[in-house]
Amino acid sequence: MSYLEYTVKTVPSGLRKIFYVNWPLALLLTAVASVGFLMLYSVAGGSFNPWAEPQMKRFALGMVAMFVIGMVPIWFWRNLSGVAYAGTLVLLIFVEFFGTVGMGAQRWIDIGFMRLQPSELMKIALVMLLAAYYDWLPTRKVSHPLWVLVPVLMILVPTYLVLKQPDLGTAVLLMAGGGAVMFLAGVHWGYFAVVIGAAIGLVATVFQSRGTSWQLIKDYQFRRIDTFLDPSNDPLGAGYHITQSKIALGSGGWAGRGYMQGTQSRLNFLPEKHTDFIFTTLAEEFGFVGGASLLILYALILLFCISSAMANKDRYSSLLIFGVTTTFFLFFAVNMSMVMGLAPVVGVPLPLVSYGGSAMIVLLAAFGLVQSAHIHRPR
Amino acid sequence: MARPPRNPRDTATSKGKFTRRGLILGGMQAGFMGLLALRMRYMQVDQADQFRLLAEENRINIRLIPPARGEIFDRMGVPIASNEPAYRITIVREDAGDVDEVIARLKELVPLDPAELERALAEMKRSAPFLPITLADRVTWEDVSKVAVNAPALPGITPEVGLSRSYPLKEDFAHVVGYVGPVSDYDLERIEDPDQLLRIPRFQIGKVGLESKMEDQLRGKAGARRVEVNAVGRVMRELSRREGEAGANLQLSIDHRLQNYILARLGNESAAAVVVDCKTGDLLGIGSAPAFDPNLFVRGISVADYRTLTENDHRPLASKTVQGTYPPGSTFKMVVGLAGLESGEIGPESTFYCPGHLDVSGRRFHCWKRGGHGHLNLEGALRESCDVYFYELAMRIGIEKISDMANRLGLGVRHDLPMSAVAQGLMPTKAWKREVRGEEWRIGDSVNASIGQGYVLASPMQLALMTARIASGKSLEPRLIKSINGVEQPVLGDVPLGINENHLRLVRKGMYAVSNDRRGTGYGSRIISETIRLAGKSGTSQVRNITAAERRAGVTSNADLPWNRRDHALFVNFAPFNDPKVAVAVVVEHGGGGSSVAAPIARDVAMQALFEGDPPLDIYPAKDREKISAQQERLREMRPPEITERKSRA
Repeated sequence: MSYLEYTVKTVPSGLRKIFYVNWPLALLLTAVASVGFLMLYSVAGGSFNPWAEPQMKRFALGMVAMFVIGMVPIWFWRNLSGVAYAGTLVLLIFVEFFGTVGMGAQRWIDIGFMRLQPSELMKIALVMLLAAYYDWLPTRKVSHPLWVLVPVLMILVPTYLVLKQPDLGTAVLLMAGGGAVMFLAGVHWGYFAVVIGAAIGLVATVFQSRGTSWQLIKDYQFRRIDTFLDPSNDPLGAGYHITQSKIALGSGGWAGRGYMQGTQSRLNFLPEKHTDFIFTTLAEEFGFVGGASLLILYALILLFCISSAMANKDRYSSLLIFGVTTTFFLFFAVNMSMVMGLAPVVGVPLPLVSYGGSAMIVLLAAFGLVQSAHIHRPR
Repeated sequence: MARPPRNPRDTATSKGKFTRRGLILGGMQAGFMGLLALRMRYMQVDQADQFRLLAEENRINIRLIPPARGEIFDRMGVPIASNEPAYRITIVREDAGDVDEVIARLKELVPLDPAELERALAEMKRSAPFLPITLADRVTWEDVSKVAVNAPALPGITPEVGLSRSYPLKEDFAHVVGYVGPVSDYDLERIEDPDQLLRIPRFQIGKVGLESKMEDQLRGKAGARRVEVNAVGRVMRELSRREGEAGANLQLSIDHRLQNYILARLGNESAAAVVVDCKTGDLLGIGSAPAFDPNLFVRGISVADYRTLTENDHRPLASKTVQGTYPPGSTFKMVVGLAGLESGEIGPESTFYCPGHLDVSGRRFHCWKRGGHGHLNLEGALRESCDVYFYELAMRIGIEKISDMANRLGLGVRHDLPMSAVAQGLMPTKAWKREVRGEEWRIGDSVNASIGQGYVLASPMQLALMTARIASGKSLEPRLIKSINGVEQPVLGDVPLGINENHLRLVRKGMYAVSNDRRGTGYGSRIISETIRLAGKSGTSQVRNITAAERRAGVTSNADLPWNRRDHALFVNFAPFNDPKVAVAVVVEHGGGGSSVAAPIARDVAMQALFEGDPPLDIYPAKDREKISAQQERLREMRPPEITERKSRA
């Protein structure tokens, strides 16, 4: 175990680990999740059903998972990275053929108590694998083209599968999350410049392909982009989501309409009010003050995670923590941009707040890895 | 995953790089969050007002409340057109649960039309689950109560009540009041800037008759309620309500009893009868037979019923009183006589000789009496309806004077009546013929016009008005609407006609002789009461001549001809002679002779109007009483009991 090159003696063991848990992080996660319960209670018209109560149960389950994962030494998880990635990839291929399609996009497998979306798992598995890869790779080889190609393939294979589902939001998150880990690992600037340049080229090509026989993305995806660029185009059709979301958010004002007083969400003008658009309810009912507070909570989570990553002398641990953190950041950044009309509607939930089983549990499990890395950091 | 041993220097550089890159990435994240915060501030603080407004608009919806349509009453205040509650049974899908099961249970209680049901189920699939769908329309109160009693077993089923137009007197006012029907796209296209109300599905508007002509007054103004709705349009609560303004109630000049009597008396004839009040010009009765039940049209008439109406050769849909124009025949002779007197061409004692015919520019015009009347003055000519007298007179005074007199008496003039298709009739002049026919007026045209044939056309309403004007000497205008919302409408034309009273008296005398002189053409339909004397004039207008070929084949009288080629029978009268109260015109299409067919009807109608019910038998000549009594009895039985009841109360 290469980990032994650091002193393991100082790593806490047994129940003493409890004292080394990143408690502020756990507390912040609970705070954000509580905001979610509050909002789910409100959008259900002042009822724990049908959303708030199941969400609380799942959060409890997720917290347990987080602590259990956190207690397990990080090197165990590192050694498992390859297996986790391979297993998730198999699941992803499996759902491609046998999964159930809901809402016209994401595919999931029903595993009894919840619906498992392998694409959710992949976000974490990919970060784990990339962190392990760069932990293993001697640093001077990091920018060698051949050694750059390997992680690029690791990112592109699941991205392709997710894009096929089709789930544009998750695909973007995978690419950006993976890219962030590569960036942190020290891959040469030039590669990122090329990729960003190529991405711009690709976007141009995609737009070129519209209406031709080789059209690269689906019509509804084009329409979403259109309505993002000009929601007034189609205020009752595809632009409805964006327009209504902006109305609800904007009408919140400085201090909001008050808890459970949001007319837009209560009267169902908001689409997906309990999932992807839950932030608009918060913003309508608690106004700028409420929205900014949530943003600050998220910022604090990022702060604690990033400082934990910086302080960690283990390369795998720091890459993993930063990777998970960046994925988390991407989640809420994309979601908020979406509801504020800054990004097209791509179907990314607000982490820990939106109603949704697998996203919440997977995310808390990922924070379990962050906890493990934090507890078992070399001292 | 075994890792090769690590160079400590390597580790140090990579850690340094990680820190740098981590700070860059963290900084980017912080920067983006700052951007999100700014965007949020911009939307929620700077633009809050604008979004608030949009949110209100989203939430508040204005729903129209249809006003109650104005009702129509007769001159006694008896409803002719009213709004009656129309019950319908509706279902709300989301409340019903198992729709099929609930409908099956409902079927056991209430008869459901399978076609209607199929339509309802199709509609249910299309519309939102919380919207009520009509399962059965125009349900009886009994069925409604059955549904109400069984409400617990019928979740989602609600009996609803709305207002629908109803015409309790059915056929009697079909041609006067017309009917309403749901707004059609065609209606909407015709109307510039349509009332929002018309956008309400199945909103009823006037289609024909008074309902259509007085639509603006009858409709009323829409009320509105502001409701809070959710995204799919479900009403969450009512915020405020402003009641609409009900339409104006109309009271007609018509007496429903008289109207009913007219329809019954005309019976199966294709005929029209109009009664005008000689003091005010009020239309007391204006009936066209056969009629139809306007309620059929409100409900939406079936194809079979509609075909029955259109294929009937007696044209039940036509409003013969104002829309139908007929050659007035000899009833026109008063006009010619008055024109002669006013022009000074004749005096009371001027006579013409009638040899039974008159030759005018090589054409022989016959008098109806082949043997001729000999020497006659105006009174005699009217009494015996001598044609030659009026031929001679018309040739002397010319068509223009006749036409002018006709116009003054209300013929050939469009009267402003709120009924459908009010015809102007036709009083020809030389200019008219040149313009329309492109031919010069010929003397023979004047001769034809003098006996109300040729180009002359008048509606029964115009003939009744003419008679009322002669009887009263006033320039009366017909009035159909007595009051609107209790405000009495002005009586128009209560001014002298401007015709020498002596001349009018002479003509009336001639009409008196028609009905009371043994030689008069209306003597058979006289009234013997000293206080109530009839004065009238018969008319028989040819639809076409009996051809020479027919005459050879033995056709000499109307009875031998097919119905639709027989002469029209006309009669006009007024009563009482000494103080005229009512004027009547009767036209029986293809009825045969005016004095034999139309005169008795005109007499009965006039008496009914005067007595406001069945007149006493002793006003009739003794020999007729038995027949009249039997007729009164028969007609009473034909009329709906509620009308005879109302009559007995009055």
